[in-house]
Amino acid sequence: MDKRNLKGWLYLLPAFLFLVVFMIYPLIDVFIYSFEEGFNFASQSFFGVGTYNYSYILHDPYFLQAVKNTFILVIITVPLSTGIALLISLGLSSIKALRKLFQTVYFLPYVTNTLAVGLVFMILFKPTEYTDGLVNLIISWFGGSTVDFISGPYWAKMFVLCFYTIWVVMPFKILILTSALASVNQDYYNAAKVDGASTFKTFTKITLPMISPSLFYLIITGFIGAFKAYSDAVALFGTNLNTAEMNTIVGYVYDMLYGSSGGYPSFASAAAIILFAIVLTITCINLMVSKKHVHY
Amino acid sequence: MKVVLQNLTKKFPGRGKKSEDVVAVDNFNFEIPDGKLVGLLGPSGCGKSTTLNLLCGLLKPTSGKVFFGEDDVTDLPAENRGVGMVFQNYALYPHLTVRQNIIFPLQNLKGKDKMSKEEMGKKALEVAKLVQIDELMDRKPKELSGGQQQRVAIARALVKRPRVLLLDEPLSNLDARLRLQTREEIRRIQRETGITTVFVTHDQEEAMSISDMIVVMRAGVVQQIGKPQNVYDDPVNLFVAKFLGTPPINVFYGRIKDGGLYIGDGKIADAAGVPDQDVYAAVRPEGFILDDNGPLCCGLSRVEIMGRDISVVSTHDSAENPVIRSIISSESNVNTQSPEVRFSVKPNKLFVFSGQTEDRIRIN
Amino acid sequence: MDNIMDYEKIEKSARIRKKTVKTVTYILLGIWAIMVLFPFYWMILTSVKSYSAYNSEYIPTFFTLSPTIQNYIDAFTSVPLAQYLANTAFFAIATTAIMLAVTILAAFAFARLEFKGKNIAFTLFLSLMMIPNELVVITNFVTITDLDLRNTFTGLILPSVTSVFYIYLLRENFAQIPDELYYAAKVDGTSDLKYLLKVMVPISRPTIITITILKVIECWNSYIWPRLITDDSAYYLVSNGIQEIRENGFGRENIPAMMAAVVVISVPLIVLFLIFRNKIMEGVARGGTKG
Repeated sequence: MDKRNLKGWLYLLPAFLFLVVFMIYPLIDVFIYSFEEGFNFASQSFFGVGTYNYSYILHDPYFLQAVKNTFILVIITVPLSTGIALLISLGLSSIKALRKLFQTVYFLPYVTNTLAVGLVFMILFKPTEYTDGLVNLIISWFGGSTVDFISGPYWAKMFVLCFYTIWVVMPFKILILTSALASVNQDYYNAAKVDGASTFKTFTKITLPMISPSLFYLIITGFIGAFKAYSDAVALFGTNLNTAEMNTIVGYVYDMLYGSSGGYPSFASAAAIILFAIVLTITCINLMVSKKHVHY
Repeated sequence: MKVVLQNLTKKFPGRGKKSEDVVAVDNFNFEIPDGKLVGLLGPSGCGKSTTLNLLCGLLKPTSGKVFFGEDDVTDLPAENRGVGMVFQNYALYPHLTVRQNIIFPLQNLKGKDKMSKEEMGKKALEVAKLVQIDELMDRKPKELSGGQQQRVAIARALVKRPRVLLLDEPLSNLDARLRLQTREEIRRIQRETGITTVFVTHDQEEAMSISDMIVVMRAGVVQQIGKPQNVYDDPVNLFVAKFLGTPPINVFYGRIKDGGLYIGDGKIADAAGVPDQDVYAAVRPEGFILDDNGPLCCGLSRVEIMGRDISVVSTHDSAENPVIRSIISSESNVNTQSPEVRFSVKPNKLFVFSGQTEDRIRIN
Repeated sequence: MDNIMDYEKIEKSARIRKKTVKTVTYILLGIWAIMVLFPFYWMILTSVKSYSAYNSEYIPTFFTLSPTIQNYIDAFTSVPLAQYLANTAFFAIATTAIMLAVTILAAFAFARLEFKGKNIAFTLFLSLMMIPNELVVITNFVTITDLDLRNTFTGLILPSVTSVFYIYLLRENFAQIPDELYYAAKVDGTSDLKYLLKVMVPISRPTIITITILKVIECWNSYIWPRLITDDSAYYLVSNGIQEIRENGFGRENIPAMMAAVVVISVPLIVLFLIFRNKIMEGVARGGTKG
């Protein structure tokens, strides 16, 4: 009996070691850090315990800018990307020819390095020596006036960031929604057809309720993912995001930890916990809403 | 509403580049009289479900036409045909209650047929009463038993007063006892509403018991159409004979020689005027008569007593199957000690089929 | 007669509508396909334009008549791109290998062995799935710094190993293997470890391949941890490498050469994807999220 117990734990030991050292201990520690005031990295000492770290970052204009950027990003990209993904998935599941090809193409952004392809987006939007960049060229074809997307006005930069974020998250959403649509029994559609339902009615009354679990899963993970946005912004605007006014909450955490303004794990911890609290709240709200609307 | 199928053919493209088209339904001609219950019968893959889908408009025929009454509906999409359909797995919308499921087709009516909420509710209740589920209206499908789900599906198909009611294997998901009960129910509902009804099944007993007419299909080709009893009593080929009847018909390899039908050495029946050839001789289980001087001599395996009847299980060298099953009245005496048993055969329960084409050869 | 006219009208409008819907669908799908593919096209196109040609364009051109591979040569000679690739390959392989060993052992314990505290341990594992990386990365950074493991592969790899989700995925797969096989093996005198390696691992190969590929993708794209833990370019991975190239590479802003580096970085994963397309998509659908 004892030997059996020992054996079970022996198999678990490696996983447990990794988890305790790199997940459980840090998880507790981050809360402690966030309340240790005036923590000094070099001497590993601190002055006292309190909420100063929180009040400091909540008054830090860079943090407030990061919160604002993150919220704008979330509010724009989550509904937009989910909506477009739904549209594309519906289109995909209604065709036969070329379907495999489209699916493969649409999935490509998932397997690309966010940083690397972000650079491509940057040069698409960025002016070169003698031109205003490709996107501006297209804008001017349609008679619009050009704008500097990479170092120009705030809204233009935000547009590029949202655009790239949507481009990056799309493959996952399309994949989940197409498989959700494929798992709806064809008989339901046949029955609706025989019952004389219009295409629109079939969509709202049958398709949507049937895929609502997947849809809400996507919305929830979409919110969580968008709140953690960071590397897309780095790819487009470089590592000095505060100057570019394009920092995100996660970016702020890392900047506080390491980087130009780095060396303050206490501030970083406080920011990370605030982020975690925001994400947790939003997720709970999402779950409550989904309980009401998701069938089954 | 009578339903006419005219030279109806459906081909599906074959898989792979060089393979030929698969003919699912081949040149189907049939006129279903108004208000009848018709069973489409055949083994799986025989094209019966395809036929049903052609009728409801979910599939378009490759050639041929479908008429409802005088109207040519061949190219009319399913949503405009006004048919009711019950799917094999019922296809009840899991997120809607029974009431919402039944009302669903009514909400899709347009123009002058459009109904108010109260009318819809009334109609739904009416049809729910007809299928006896009016007390389950606020449940969700997953809270219902299989039989109840089946009734909801029928109610949903009936609520808009369809011109034609179609049922795809309506009983296959029910257990044996419910199946018996539900098929009577379907018969009753069909009688009460008088709606022309077509249903698909692979279970010959089911088809025989409730249909006004049956259509036996095989590999896309209609084999025989008729009243169930007529088809049973007068099959046109070996396939139909084998497909109908439980226990199944007993098939022997026989031959026609000098104006007589022989199984082994015994002359079973006269076959005057029929040219000599190898044939299949098929005898219904109830077609055997115990007869000590009978021409058919079989090895006796065992006797099973089933109350009213007894079943004699025997063997014969020329039989297609290892056992021959005959059903005789329980008043007969079988000598169970004897190693063999002799039969003579009732002429009207004996069918002869060509050894080559398997088509019926009439010997009397 | 009236009736027949009516039917013809319905049939015709249904046909037309069907055709229109189909055309619009293909156009929309085509537009998105172009949106996805265009950045890749532009990346390859720019990478074969010469530096002077690119910078002297007055209008961006959509093709080039004189492709050059000079940029690729630059990418490998002026900046240590090969070093970055080698680092990333080593990092990905080592991390994935350790992850696999740890995951398989843990999944086996959870799926097959009986021991005290198993259920509590499993619940704990499951709840760890919800912990965001951002929370723990701070302390890990401090830990690794304190251990003097900055700018080492050990420091890069160790915190990247843990993947609770993969343990969960593999456990589910292991749990589906019938008990009879285990009892039969026991009767034959097989040890647990041998049973795990000779029976369970081969049977679960599809899942193991899936998590391997997903982990490799994750490693290849990882940016945040390597950025925190390395500032010596000898230990840069491709993500940090490309950032470094962007900010300090080539001595001037050489966009064509930068694009050449981007192509080189992107190709391995795209090739991997095209080979294991079904496995990857199925694995991601079962619960991968990006990042």
